[in-house]
Amino acid sequence: MDPCASSSDVIAALQAEITSLRAALHSVTAASSPPPPCTTTSSPVFRPGRVKIDHMSAEVTDSNPYSRLMALKRMGVVKEYERIRKVSVLIVGLGGVGSVAAEMLTRCGIGKLLLFDYDVVELANMNRLFFRPEHAGLRKTEAAMATLESINPDVCLEGHTYDVTSVPHFEHFLDRLRRGGPDGRSPVHLVLSCVDNYAARTAINQACNEADVAWMESGVSEDAVSGHIQTLFPGRTACFECLPPLLVASGREESTLRREGVCAASLPTTMGIVAGLLVQNALKYLLDFGDLSYYLGYSALTDHFPRHTLWPNPDCGNIWCRRRQETWRGKGRAWHRRETDCREVGEGAGPVHGTNEWGIEVIGREGVDVEGEVGVERGSAGSVQQSGREGTEASLEELAAELSQLQS
Amino acid sequence: MDGGPGGKAGRAEAPASEPMPPVWASTDHAPHVLEEIPMLHTRAGPRDGNQWISRVKEEMQAVIALVRINKEKDNDWFQINPLNKLCTRWEGKCWTYYQGVRFEFTLHFDVPASYPATCPDLIIPHLDGKTAKIYRGGRICLDLHFQPLWARNVPKFGIAHALALGLGPWLSLEIPSLVSAGLLPVTGTTAR
Repeated sequence: MDPCASSSDVIAALQAEITSLRAALHSVTAASSPPPPCTTTSSPVFRPGRVKIDHMSAEVTDSNPYSRLMALKRMGVVKEYERIRKVSVLIVGLGGVGSVAAEMLTRCGIGKLLLFDYDVVELANMNRLFFRPEHAGLRKTEAAMATLESINPDVCLEGHTYDVTSVPHFEHFLDRLRRGGPDGRSPVHLVLSCVDNYAARTAINQACNEADVAWMESGVSEDAVSGHIQTLFPGRTACFECLPPLLVASGREESTLRREGVCAASLPTTMGIVAGLLVQNALKYLLDFGDLSYYLGYSALTDHFPRHTLWPNPDCGNIWCRRRQETWRGKGRAWHRRETDCREVGEGAGPVHGTNEWGIEVIGREGVDVEGEVGVERGSAGSVQQSGREGTEASLEELAAELSQLQS
Repeated sequence: MDGGPGGKAGRAEAPASEPMPPVWASTDHAPHVLEEIPMLHTRAGPRDGNQWISRVKEEMQAVIALVRINKEKDNDWFQINPLNKLCTRWEGKCWTYYQGVRFEFTLHFDVPASYPATCPDLIIPHLDGKTAKIYRGGRICLDLHFQPLWARNVPKFGIAHALALGLGPWLSLEIPSLVSAGLLPVTGTTAR
């Protein structure tokens, strides 16, 4: 627990512990004796979670937690909803977006969830969804797992409380990406990035490029009124380092983007919406329905949703991104025609509009390379060169010894 | 989950202190230091094998150069050494003087897996929770005045630059502010 937590936080944490212990006691007594008839106690009643269910049933009864989800098949939206039981998703960051995304996937009956966060729940988080005041002081992973398990015991949960950006943890993180599948051997199907900083995003980017795992990134602006989601397929779409950060690309000062001395704002609405967009996109990808969004922005002030596809940068500074691009080069854009929203421009598709009421013409369109469309600024990154300067001949140990001696 | 790419939020709830001026405004010698520290060339992180060894050699030379510059100017203010063979973990101390008192702190940091795209979080455990300019665990906040500079100078900037242009100005602004706010008692500190 945070040593700086105030005594009220400690009390809250202890209260939460009492609640969870009571719940545990309740479930033990409930298991050993026949379930009591519904009693009308006035105190907050904790009902132990339902028993596990082996198979998803489409049976329409009030007691089937999956009936409304399985109805997606009858409605013709999803071909095989049960597939979700075999799917594993890894979520990094259990803040206002990540925790809500985890709850959504849990309620959808996802096979396995791997949760990563190194922080504890604070009362300052209560303007967002999911966590409750009695969770204050608990680790986000622990509090989330307890809640999620009570919502849906069918989901296999795995939690890790550490910072994924540090090198020793990164190795473990990478291993969980590669072997976090439901069978414990295969890779996870998708990673959701729900973090709040650049360093964590680049670490996730690095891991997903290395492990060749698809991921989706999400973000909410500091003023809480805009957000975005992005789908990243290593080698196929732009990775997180393919495009330079805004303040580098624009040459603007960061201070024009951020207000000094003001703590970041957040709204449960924007965060919930972004979590919804993120998980909707994840479900489309995992269960193969609808059109995937590669980049989808959300501006709350104008209700504007810009949507783009971002192609990878051949000069990307990330070596693993370039390797993954190499793998996909020569395979053409076959995957793109199959997977993007641009189905109507695919082979064999007829014109979308039969008439041209307004006489709209496309000028200079002939011969334009598809790749030029997005107008990716080729960054100056990727200049890997050997240092030819004097002194590099010294070994690392010699240099370390020199540094140590100099400072003694 | 506040803050878009490049943003970092969730700083400790504490009264907002004076906004930190940009580094080039706060220390007039900074541009000279920048010219004197050798720039790095190899874009490689701890996971890039031999490329990383090349990078670390450059890092080491830059830090040695910085220590030499400081000693020549009789302005030594830190000691730092790698803790492991791969040089991904560094430890040492840093100090500053204010009103004739020396304030010294242990300092450590890990080179992140995505280095050098992101600069290391410099950690001063002793100051954890004492200022809004520090994140949980004692990570000093360099969001505003140094990280944008770092982002524009990948892969040229290294550990030496993070110390000289990140930590140095941070200490010289934050320590006086902490002392005057009574958060850093002049007696009983780690001052030697």
